[in-house]
Amino acid sequence: MNAIVEIVDAGLAVSVQDRGRMGYRNIGVPVSGALDPVLMAAANALVGSPSDAAVLEVGLSGPALKALSGTVRVGLSGEMGAQLVNTRGQMLKVAPWQTATLSPGDVIRVGGVAHGVGYVALSGGVQVPAQLGSRSTYLRAAIGGVQGRAPKAGDRLQCDAVRGDPWLEFCARAPWHHDTGPIRVILGPQEDYFTREAMENFLTRPYAVTRDMDRMGLRLEGERLAHNEKGAEIVSDGVAPGTIQVPANGQPIVLMADCQTSGGYPKIATVIRADLPRLAHLRPGDELRFVAVSHAEAAAALREQVRRLAEWVGTIQSFRPPGVIDEAALYGANLICGAVRGDEWNLHGVDLTLRFGAQHV
Amino acid sequence: MTIELAHPPARLLSVGDAAWTVEFGNGIDPAIHGRVLGFSSLLDTLSNDGRLDGVVEWVPTFRSVTVHFDPLRTDAMALHDLLAELARKSGSLSAAGCRWHVPVCFDADCAPDLDEVAAAKGMTRDEVVRLMTETVFTVYMLGFLPGFPYLGGLPEALDMPRLATPRKVVPPRSIAIAGRMCAAYPWESPGGWRLLGRTPVRLFDAANVRRPALLAPGDQVMWQAIDRDMFDALDRECAAGRFDLSSLLAGGESE
Repeated sequence: MNAIVEIVDAGLAVSVQDRGRMGYRNIGVPVSGALDPVLMAAANALVGSPSDAAVLEVGLSGPALKALSGTVRVGLSGEMGAQLVNTRGQMLKVAPWQTATLSPGDVIRVGGVAHGVGYVALSGGVQVPAQLGSRSTYLRAAIGGVQGRAPKAGDRLQCDAVRGDPWLEFCARAPWHHDTGPIRVILGPQEDYFTREAMENFLTRPYAVTRDMDRMGLRLEGERLAHNEKGAEIVSDGVAPGTIQVPANGQPIVLMADCQTSGGYPKIATVIRADLPRLAHLRPGDELRFVAVSHAEAAAALREQVRRLAEWVGTIQSFRPPGVIDEAALYGANLICGAVRGDEWNLHGVDLTLRFGAQHV
Repeated sequence: MTIELAHPPARLLSVGDAAWTVEFGNGIDPAIHGRVLGFSSLLDTLSNDGRLDGVVEWVPTFRSVTVHFDPLRTDAMALHDLLAELARKSGSLSAAGCRWHVPVCFDADCAPDLDEVAAAKGMTRDEVVRLMTETVFTVYMLGFLPGFPYLGGLPEALDMPRLATPRKVVPPRSIAIAGRMCAAYPWESPGGWRLLGRTPVRLFDAANVRRPALLAPGDQVMWQAIDRDMFDALDRECAAGRFDLSSLLAGGESE
């Protein structure tokens, strides 16, 4: 059954994204898609949607959504919480990494994302029409998303109504953590356009993230990466998200999901798939280090990430939140899953931690 | 003498763990581009037969083909070896697309760099326009923006470097030149090419599922000068979706 949510507040840097738009790069259409597909899959897993169902990606502050018809389950991933106001005027604080279920009339206000990106998944996915095989938003050419643009107040998004118990919520045992350590790259395709010193700098020196960052690319600043006698321009050839191109000024630019399909600067290396999501969480001033790996190591890292995500999804448990049901029922059953941090659930501003929280851990 | 000796061998370059670039040369050259088209056509055939498991898509450029794949579905090194073998086997194709006659307004407000290009080349405005409209351009590749065609064939007399400082805003559907290349910006965007005119024709339409981009590699393009009134009239037709794109095909070649 269908459900409809209305955008009450559009938030900032919010867009509909899915796995991305494959098959049109030969005509210059970027892949787009979630900057962090792992967190997208995590949010979808919480609401029971397929891992690549379309979600709302939040770059700065989250949207406010109102259920108009049908019961809608909303899942949050990333360091981003929310507040639910139900039709009885109750306010519930919703922690990151869990769901909140909206009955018609209920409003969820998603907060700001502490760093990088967060995802808001809806039961059944955000069902805007797909364009060229994807719902992902590519603003410059007005493709995908909500009629080619970001959602705005008053827009109505279709999703699926919750099947099963509408009083159940779901949460993961712990937040997802990306790998740490240097960003892994595969050298090339034009590592032969750089001096030996530049290659050494690239693989040993830190590169700082500048303010110049968006869904298209991330400019870094650090020890100059000098081109050799072959120069700083090539006849354009193919690039991919993660490709690190170096223009004449010697400062690297890491291409992101909305990047162009081809480029004319020498490309020193490309970030491996498993580490691409980490780039979405960088802030200006953060320092990056790069390490070169082989194709076999990159493939192993990606398989390990898939395995770890499946394991994380396996820790998702259901629980009955306080506040939406009566307290006797709450005391009468084992209601709260271990991962619920009591301090995140407030009813009318009353801290529930002391009353129900810790003993279930 | 074998065919392999006639062609220098292709190089395979890593573009991360999910793409290989099969490179046939370094320059903008019809012979190199012919190999790009030949290789792409072989990939088309194999893909239609379901024999490119794990390959997501490929992007032909002037001088190479970048093959994007899913590293969870195919082994990178096995695909490397397959692509290298295919590159040895594949032949050349010459450009054999449609020929489009695309209206362009060269009036001053559509062509902010026309006077400067004319002055730099010691020509009048009309001489520049004549060169632009007499040339048969060839589409080498699409890239940069959805539907953005890179056209080869610009006469040497119009060879100009890019602007030292790129514009922050290039109006949509501007016709532009840089080096020996010509292009058309389907979308408003930043850009460093020199703007010589503007077409009312929409070069990309995501709603046109069968052919979202008007132009394809191998197509030929001729610009046809129109005046401002005609530009405005056609622009209204195009914006309203009433313009018949097939009317741009040269007589006899349309099917």
